[in-house]
Amino acid sequence: MTSFTLNGKSVSVDDEPSTPLLWVLRDSLGMTGTKFGCGMALCGACTVHLDGQAIRSCVSPVSRVAGKHVTTIEGLSTDSSHPLQRAWIEIDVPQCGYCQSGQIMSAAVLIRENPKPTDKDIDEAMSGNICRCGTYPRIRRAIHRAAELAASGGTPTHQKGAR
Amino acid sequence: MSTHSVFQPSLGEASRDDSRPKSPARREFLKTTAAFGAGLFIATYVPELAAGAREQAAVGAGVFAPNAFLRIAPDDTITVIVNHSEMGQGIYTSLPMLLNEELQADWAKIKVEAAPVDPAYNHTVFGVQMTGGSTTTPSEWERFRKMGAMARIMLIQAAAEKWSVPAESCQAQNGVVIHPQSGKKASYGSLAQAASQVKVPQDIPLKDAKKFTLIGKSVKRLDTPSKVNGTAQFGLDVRLPGMIYAVVARPPVFGGKVVSVDSSEALKVPGVQTVQQIPSGVAVIAARFWAAKLGRDKLKITWDHGPNAALSTSKMTEEYSKTSATPGKIARKNGDPQAALASAAKTITAEYDVPYLAHAMMEPLNCVVDLRSDSCELWTGTQFETIDRLMAAKVAGLSPEKVKLNTTLLGGGFGRRANPASDFVVEAVHVAKIAKAPVKVVWTREDDLAGGWYRPKWHDRFVAGLDAEGNPVAWTHTIVGQSIMAGTAFENFAVKDGVDSTSVEGAADLLYGMPNLQVDLHSPVIGVPVQWWRSVGHSHTGFSVEAFLDEVAHAGGKDPLELRRMLLAKEPRMLATLNLVAEKSGWGNPLPKGVGRGIATHFSFDSYVAQVIEASVEKNGNVKVHRVFCAVDCGRAINPEIVKAQMEGGIIFGLTAALKTEITLENGTVQQKNFHDYQMLRMFESPAIEVHIVPSDAPPTGVGEPGVPPVAPALSNAIFAVTGKRLRRLPIRSSDLAES
Repeated sequence: MTSFTLNGKSVSVDDEPSTPLLWVLRDSLGMTGTKFGCGMALCGACTVHLDGQAIRSCVSPVSRVAGKHVTTIEGLSTDSSHPLQRAWIEIDVPQCGYCQSGQIMSAAVLIRENPKPTDKDIDEAMSGNICRCGTYPRIRRAIHRAAELAASGGTPTHQKGAR
Repeated sequence: MSTHSVFQPSLGEASRDDSRPKSPARREFLKTTAAFGAGLFIATYVPELAAGAREQAAVGAGVFAPNAFLRIAPDDTITVIVNHSEMGQGIYTSLPMLLNEELQADWAKIKVEAAPVDPAYNHTVFGVQMTGGSTTTPSEWERFRKMGAMARIMLIQAAAEKWSVPAESCQAQNGVVIHPQSGKKASYGSLAQAASQVKVPQDIPLKDAKKFTLIGKSVKRLDTPSKVNGTAQFGLDVRLPGMIYAVVARPPVFGGKVVSVDSSEALKVPGVQTVQQIPSGVAVIAARFWAAKLGRDKLKITWDHGPNAALSTSKMTEEYSKTSATPGKIARKNGDPQAALASAAKTITAEYDVPYLAHAMMEPLNCVVDLRSDSCELWTGTQFETIDRLMAAKVAGLSPEKVKLNTTLLGGGFGRRANPASDFVVEAVHVAKIAKAPVKVVWTREDDLAGGWYRPKWHDRFVAGLDAEGNPVAWTHTIVGQSIMAGTAFENFAVKDGVDSTSVEGAADLLYGMPNLQVDLHSPVIGVPVQWWRSVGHSHTGFSVEAFLDEVAHAGGKDPLELRRMLLAKEPRMLATLNLVAEKSGWGNPLPKGVGRGIATHFSFDSYVAQVIEASVEKNGNVKVHRVFCAVDCGRAINPEIVKAQMEGGIIFGLTAALKTEITLENGTVQQKNFHDYQMLRMFESPAIEVHIVPSDAPPTGVGEPGVPPVAPALSNAIFAVTGKRLRRLPIRSSDLAES
């Protein structure tokens, strides 16, 4: 039995301790927002937060999270109000959308630790996350936009035009 | 026949240049597939007949379901039933936009639901239910508007009857029918029950384009909210009560067979339930995915590698080159190319190579099957509903009507999820036959990359003749590569006189005015399964034709842009697209030292695209792509932001193919395993991209694929401009460019 805190709630699972957290989340706990892309920490689709730090859940045995706090995309906010989620919607970042949970979870650590990231900071923080649809230009814009939203106390400023 | 010929006449807005050459590939494919679904197409196209499926769509009392594409509930909820798969291209937004342009409901009330499999939802041209060929918006341009207009007419009629006023005196606006003279108003939902009793109108006129209020606006995508909070459901996310999991060990060599299996260690893994042979390999079934995967790792399988055990892509490259020096089947011949070459002032020859490529969608293949004695239900992200259901029914031993297929969101498709053999669906039904419970078959990334159905490996050999002024007067192009259509249900239609039209698209329908032109084709039969991959044949012809044209320009002492302008004199739409990208990119303006600029155009899926790329090369040979400028004429842009996003995505996809990826085989075995040796472009390599849309009121054309073909040539032409090194194979390797 492994116990940990998932999105603020205590959970216990009976998976083998060596089972990657990704499959515990998806198959045992039904939290399917966290995605499987490679199984080797190469694509970032499975990114979650462990005590606030971004980890690749596909290579993290569930034993590693015992007694710790895990946050998944479902727990980033209860109502999609996180500045990144709002910016993602404003800029219509996703295409197929499959990698976006991981992208947002990586970006969330970036803007928490670096409230005004430069393009270079974004390159460094986000290059572990692959998007096959090629949404990188919009992810970049949306991270800058989320930083603005967060800085303005979370109040979106209105933009002109059709967007 | 083209897509447009099906529906354009009744639109009364003919394309402005009907003289443009239609892609023979496209034409053939459309013929093929229209014939494939003969008869069905008529039924789906005529609105009254499509309305016959309304019983199927109607659920719940008082719901108005005027046709198979729309339900209006008493609570004013509008459900648009979309018959094409959402794999990122934005059609869960753009198709409802088409419908609601005519329906005039409150956009905020619109919800989208994936269509079940039914002839009512067949592709208007291809005659089967499917998504592909960048045809979704062009093929539904008229039907979705008619479905919306039909409902609006019936809602107005219902209101008019209720109020005993002439229908002509009522108007529809934002989900409400209004009678201005009396001030009476009724919401669509309140009229739903009454509208269900109204006779389906025979005549459904459509709005004049000048009155569009939704089409042409960058409306926000309806699927974005679910894709930022983890609730979007892809095939891999489907969960059923009592569901178990399976992975399959497949032959390491295509065409291989199992000789023997030792499953004793696999069965010791906690959670593993059974290990059994199926036609495609050995299935390991377990309570959870991870146990199934660990069990598979423990299998000891002896394989008979079969006839492909010696396959080597490096040998194939040599053989393809030799073959390209011999005459192939003629795909196109204009003038007398041989005589023109013989009398040319100068000739140049070049050979180009591109590798096998995997689609590598971020969501690996998967399929959930619940097989019962007299029914079968499937959940999967597919682009090929009709075919998949037929194939699943065959394996299950059931009639297709007993098989229900649920289309989920697709975590990328790029063609892979429209498999001619329904490989991932067929295999999953075989697994279900032994699972005795609902089962989810999961492919790992390694399974996906080694699983075949690749973009074919291609070799392109060119000879061009130039006159004394440096103008090209002759052009021959010999193509070598596997046929995608051969061996599929489409072969009889798509392969004519030995020429698979998808092998020569982008080459045989060259837009450039070339007085003496020949394109011929060799289609070797090789045991590697191949398939359409985002932009299909254009993915190799776009590169080779545009890079070789750059060689021709330099050999003749011409500016690459000026030569293209001259050769496109009779192609006004491409010329305008080219001029737009030249203007926006500042072609001819000085660049920083060490930065080169390359240009390319390509006509595909009835759309015109031109791109300029700025790039530099570091001492170690690494390529840095700085900026990409893209102009596109795709007819009327239904949602300009979605068009831009598709071009951006196509450019990144094209850069990955240009700089990163190849599938190679040695001793019949695929050498690439995962994203460490099949690398994708990443954020730090992603250039600034500017997309400019050519304003147009022509009918909409393809958007999902046309952004890809010009990328590799624009990049390699930029690298030539800055280094003087001509790159004739993809991917571009730093070793080709490093300073010695």
